Amino acid sequence: MGEMIKMVVVLSILSVISGGGLGYLEKKLKPIQEKQIMEKVKGPAVKDLLKDASNDPVADRFKIQDGDEELTIFVGAIDGKPKILVLESNASGYGGKLELLVGIDTEEEKLSGIRVTTHTETAGLGSNAKDDPSFAAQFEGKSLEKSVAVVPDNGEISAIGGATITSRAVCKAANQAIKKYKELKPKLLEELKKVSQ
Amino acid sequence: MAKPIYQEFTKGLWKEIPPFRLVLGLCPVLGVTTSVENGIGMGLATTFVLLCSNILVSLLRKVIPSKVRIACFIIIIATFVIVVEQVMKAFVYDLYNTLGVFIPLIVVNCVVLGRAEAFASKNGIFRSILDGLGIGIGFTLSLGALGLVREFLGKGTITVWGEPFFEGPIVNLVESMPSFVPFEFMVQAPGAFVALGLMLAVMNLIPSK
Repeated sequence: MGEMIKMVVVLSILSVISGGGLGYLEKKLKPIQEKQIMEKVKGPAVKDLLKDASNDPVADRFKIQDGDEELTIFVGAIDGKPKILVLESNASGYGGKLELLVGIDTEEEKLSGIRVTTHTETAGLGSNAKDDPSFAAQFEGKSLEKSVAVVPDNGEISAIGGATITSRAVCKAANQAIKKYKELKPKLLEELKKVSQ
Repeated sequence: MAKPIYQEFTKGLWKEIPPFRLVLGLCPVLGVTTSVENGIGMGLATTFVLLCSNILVSLLRKVIPSKVRIACFIIIIATFVIVVEQVMKAFVYDLYNTLGVFIPLIVVNCVVLGRAEAFASKNGIFRSILDGLGIGIGFTLSLGALGLVREFLGKGTITVWGEPFFEGPIVNLVESMPSFVPFEFMVQAPGAFVALGLMLAVMNLIPSK
């Protein structure tokens, strides 16, 4: 009996120390990791999304408070006029969290494009959401009035072969971004004006 | 334990060099050695985990009940693996991306668990540190050497830590000698077995004492 208790106690103490230590480490390293992801993944994706922009969308980003959440918004200017907002969004895909950048054209009220940044989808199937540009291209120019959906869900986006769950997740994340945009529109347009000055 | 203490360190470099003599921990050895850089990066990550887990296992060897020792070792090893993973994600993001799934897989690397079970849980802390360092450095050198052979033959380049130290590859056969055609095969998965087999054969030519 004594040995039993000792086993439980030793294992519990080890787990608690390890869990606590790792929690602390993650908290410390999070800002540095986010900076790295911004530089190496999100930055290039934002620039790719705003190819025609005349400004530096990464430098012209701003933060906005939405309830408890802080959103980072990138601004793209076309011919010197800031009009495209890039929102971050995410949804659960097949293998875990899938993060998406959604570009919204504020003048014409349509999607200017989407890019998948980080994901844990199956390589070769779900990963095509990021690697195959023709999938993301389908979202370009879609109106904000109707939510985007894949064909089996009565939408217009043809899903990636063998990766319907991933395709649905991308649509879900895009719709969330559109919803956020509609909710926060007055605030966002105000910030957009500030950038143009 | 009549062996002189320095031998705990040097045995990892030749007599018990992990992938070649012990033939342990082959999963990362075959998986990531497509370039020198990846091999050494993976080796250093493993060395860190090995050293830390050896120290902790050796310190706790009298506290850990023998029935749950493997579970305890795994907790200790997994903790350090996550530390390495998070630190790499924060400071060497590109390498973290290339090594990908092989970093979390250090948890089940038999070299690490093997040293904890076979050495650190039976020896004092000083010997365990030397053992961890020796085996770790041996492992790093092996991965580096295998990466060197595979990258040189497969791509015709030798890249040592691209940007911070050198601009691009330090040796580039393809550019300096256009008649050289890289054996693509060597950087693909089956090439890893062939390269490992050849290196084992060469090592066996040298008689061990």
